Amino acid sequence: MSYDAIVIGAGMSGLAAGIRLAMFDKKVVILEKHSIPGGLNSYYQRRNFQKGGVRQFDVGLHALTNFIKKGEKGKPFSKLLKQLRLSYDDFKLCPQTYSKIVFPNIELKFSNDFELLCSEVVEKFPKEKDHFFNLVEKVKSFNELDLGLGYQSSREVLKTLISDDLLIEMLICPLLIYGSAWEDDMDFAQFVIMFKSLYFEGFSRPQGGVRTIISLLMKKLEELGAEVRFKASVNSIITRDGRAVGVDVGGEEILAPVILSSIGYPETCRLTPELADKVSPRVGAMTFLESIFVFDKKILPAQNDSTIIFYNNNKKYNYRPAINYFDESSAVVCFPDNYEMNQSQGEGTVRVTYMANYQQWRDLERNHYEDKKELVGQSALNLVKKLSPGFEGELLFKDIFSPLTIERYTWHLNGTVYGSIDKTRDGSTPISGLYIIGTDQGFLGIVGSILSGISLANLHGLMGAEG
Amino acid sequence: MTSANVRQIVIDIISDIAPDEDVTNLDDKVSLREQLDLDSMDFLDIVMELRKRHKVEVPQEDYPKLATLESCVVYLSPKFA
Repeated sequence: MSYDAIVIGAGMSGLAAGIRLAMFDKKVVILEKHSIPGGLNSYYQRRNFQKGGVRQFDVGLHALTNFIKKGEKGKPFSKLLKQLRLSYDDFKLCPQTYSKIVFPNIELKFSNDFELLCSEVVEKFPKEKDHFFNLVEKVKSFNELDLGLGYQSSREVLKTLISDDLLIEMLICPLLIYGSAWEDDMDFAQFVIMFKSLYFEGFSRPQGGVRTIISLLMKKLEELGAEVRFKASVNSIITRDGRAVGVDVGGEEILAPVILSSIGYPETCRLTPELADKVSPRVGAMTFLESIFVFDKKILPAQNDSTIIFYNNNKKYNYRPAINYFDESSAVVCFPDNYEMNQSQGEGTVRVTYMANYQQWRDLERNHYEDKKELVGQSALNLVKKLSPGFEGELLFKDIFSPLTIERYTWHLNGTVYGSIDKTRDGSTPISGLYIIGTDQGFLGIVGSILSGISLANLHGLMGAEG
Repeated sequence: MTSANVRQIVIDIISDIAPDEDVTNLDDKVSLREQLDLDSMDFLDIVMELRKRHKVEVPQEDYPKLATLESCVVYLSPKFA
């Protein structure tokens, strides 16, 4: 079989790349190892034995960043809509109430109106007012989409602008844990992407969760006649004289002059011996544990009305693998019921993310694995109660997934969520015709991944391609 | 094909790729980017739609020639001839 392009991985970036190529009559096939689409942002279901029935969960989605109101222009989300010819209403976005960054004895609230964060900073860090607005100006004027940028430490840049270390820690905390592959720091271009997408634009959640987005993308692919194959595991990427020519899928050769790989840069190297001879992108260390709780009732607004809490019980924010299986000194706690338009009746859901340590989870003996997960769940449950004073809901169901779960379903080495610490930026590799899209290209979040697929399909699959 | 036809072809494409834009009162001499919310991705789409719908090829080095409606008509008319 031969195609104009092969996309490896049916996650957000792969699906978006497939849409762009198919839209302009490229013969494209998307190959997905798993039996369902979504990649890192997929979904799963769990049967609840006590109560009967099946509950659906999103794997990773706490929030869709880059919120815009209908009709807003020139923003990442509006570019995504135009490029994929999708309508705003189809996403059924429910905006957040507000979120907060909680450190000892101080908190900063932010919402989809950037003014809230500004007024919080001015009130709580009055001496930093001008410094903060200098940072805002720098972020505004920075072109983070320049694909030629090199690494620049965000902490170094922040230190030149802001004097109070606590403000630096509080501002960088959500940006690190919502997207940094690097420990304790991030590339400034990524900081800018995250600052804009979290603080300028904000959070929402599609009604129905991540499935709503995946169905929109899958439906579009179907309309365009693009081929998506599930349980199609790529054994190797075939190269000839420094050029990618195709892939081997279960012994079948599929040929194409353009291959877009969304599976990660180190993971792509593993499939491509000629590439592995030339580069060795490093596997990131950041991986997480997620606890999901379902209660018999919702948390009342008086108990907690925020959508996401970035919690840290220290003056310094440590963003690195946990020393002891999981790090309970910080967490992201998501209250998905506090997206507007959600009903006030029915069960309540809370999700808690802790930083983890892949090696330790991998080395655990099987019988200790469940016990350790139980400890994580207990710790997370205590945190939920601490952050929702007065809430007395009965726990109906819980599910905890570990770095090993992430590795098993995403095939990301070491269960990394934000991929390699060596991003490709323009997607190119030393093998011509082979390009990296998605997380290891370097755009972040669901909107970033989709734009990554779009941009790279445009650059390497459409522009300059012969008609 | 007349200049008016070519102009309409470009406008039709723009209104399909940027459905929220008002394309009724465009000034032919002013750059499209100044009048509409169009970025480089949108210009790529104009080029791709010209190829898909009308088999007209615009090489990358010629993208700047699509800056205004007037320059579009001047540049594209011979290709439609």
